[in-house]
Amino acid sequence: MTAPNPQFEADCIRRILAGERHLFHSLIRPCERAIYFLLLSLLRNETEAEDAAQETAIKVYLNLKNFRGDAQFRTWVLSIARNEGLGRLRKAGTRREDSLDAETDEQTGDYTPAVLTCWREVPSEALERQELGAMLRKAVEGLPEIYRNVVLLRDIEEMDVRETAAALGITEGAVKVRLHRARALLQGELAPRLEGFAPKRKGVFGWLR
Amino acid sequence: MRIDCKHVWEHISAYIDGEVDVGLRAEIDKHLETCEICSAVLDSTRNLVVLVADDRVFELPAGFSQRLHARLEKEMETAGP
Repeated sequence: MTAPNPQFEADCIRRILAGERHLFHSLIRPCERAIYFLLLSLLRNETEAEDAAQETAIKVYLNLKNFRGDAQFRTWVLSIARNEGLGRLRKAGTRREDSLDAETDEQTGDYTPAVLTCWREVPSEALERQELGAMLRKAVEGLPEIYRNVVLLRDIEEMDVRETAAALGITEGAVKVRLHRARALLQGELAPRLEGFAPKRKGVFGWLR
Repeated sequence: MRIDCKHVWEHISAYIDGEVDVGLRAEIDKHLETCEICSAVLDSTRNLVVLVADDRVFELPAGFSQRLHARLEKEMETAGP
């Protein structure tokens, strides 16, 4: 993710509104990934998420004069993306049960993690193996919507708690609780299955175990 | 008071993000020194957070950016912001 640069953004916006329309490409580029993955999280369909991402970018462009600068630009963009996604779900009448159930489930922080006595770290190089990436993706995609959104923005797009809360229209406390639950669910699901991706450790006699 | 495993698990996410206060962090650290299970739970959770954040896991579809900017270009020819 590219870190937001408020000075660059403010400058860009001023110049775009003054007529240098082509600068919009540079303005929106750092937000592309976050827009797409937020929409993919909501819509769960790549083609529709891409179409909604394009619509979002156009709406941002057409409404640029309404950006007040009291929020971060990317936060504002993501709230437009979220509205676009929710609008599509409402229209299709497909707002799923899981999201409604989970709204009321925030305080039940109890969980039992995958209890491991011997954990060997899986290095990032293991991602060269396609099946590891696929396994991680599937696990994130399998989370209930409200947890998935938070993981995508906090852990994947590396947005801070405040920005995530603003983009999703929830409190900072809710972001923290949901992130905790989401990571716990992922750990429980994935940790036991990751053993095969950890490097082999040398045994006492120098043999590979 | 010594904290138990369950108490540690409740705070794992905040611990990873550096969001627990000094007192609680010290309690958790002390617990981790002697509890292999909680250490493994913490390490595996932290490892997962790192792996999931890797750009190779969630990639934009091929050609996404080109298509987006082509559509924007078209829009920008006809309308101003």
